[in-house]
Amino acid sequence: MSLRSPLRRVTGFGSAKGGASHWYVQRVTAVALVLLGLWFVAALASLGGASHANVVNWLASPISSALAVLLVVTAAYHALLGLQVVLEDYVADHGKRLVALLLVKFALVVGAVIGVLAVLRIAFGVAA
Amino acid sequence: MAQRSRPLSPFLHYRWQYTNTLSILHRITGVLLSVGFFLLVYWLAAAAAGPAGYQSAVGILGSPPAQLILFGAVFSFCYHLLNGVRHLFFDLGHGFETRTARKSGWAVAIGALAFGLVLWLALRAGLGGGS
Repeated sequence: MSLRSPLRRVTGFGSAKGGASHWYVQRVTAVALVLLGLWFVAALASLGGASHANVVNWLASPISSALAVLLVVTAAYHALLGLQVVLEDYVADHGKRLVALLLVKFALVVGAVIGVLAVLRIAFGVAA
Repeated sequence: MAQRSRPLSPFLHYRWQYTNTLSILHRITGVLLSVGFFLLVYWLAAAAAGPAGYQSAVGILGSPPAQLILFGAVFSFCYHLLNGVRHLFFDLGHGFETRTARKSGWAVAIGALAFGLVLWLALRAGLGGGS
């Protein structure tokens, strides 16, 4: 069943534009983050000290690095969707809202890329 | 005045109930967790930069202001996770009855405090020492 209105299909611009998929992806990433978040804190708690060797050893294993990449990407996406709603609710001025949304989205994408590259460098042994 | 009869935004005239606070806390903890995301990225990047860079990053993350943010982020994580699951049940159409929503709200608030405390102590134990 599609939640899109006939008008949305005709014009390509319903009243909510991409509202339905925004709402849905927020929930999908939420479910993923319950699992990834619990994995992450459990792994940190059982690291046995935050020394560089411990962290690199842990993140170098294939499963850890895969889950860490997923965590960074999913968290960034979920944060992007959530902060977008917060800004849209509280920043009334359209110009300021646009600037704020761009800054937040750019920062999160840059953060996600740095995070993913960091995990990959450790996974591929560049950061030994 | 014509303006007086215009509809008001809910938060301007709804009677306060503690479930309102739970709802706004979900947003506040979400924003705090976004800050926590950048600390996570900083920590990962420092680990990838090698032992020397990592050591100075651990020093910065261990400083009182950073520890305060991390303390907030840990409790935010627990609250946002538990209340997020509560909201997922709402989205599926369950738990809307006033009694149930209040009960689950209390469960989330108490659960988040307990989970947060346990997690903070577990993280201190798990990450301490070898830093």
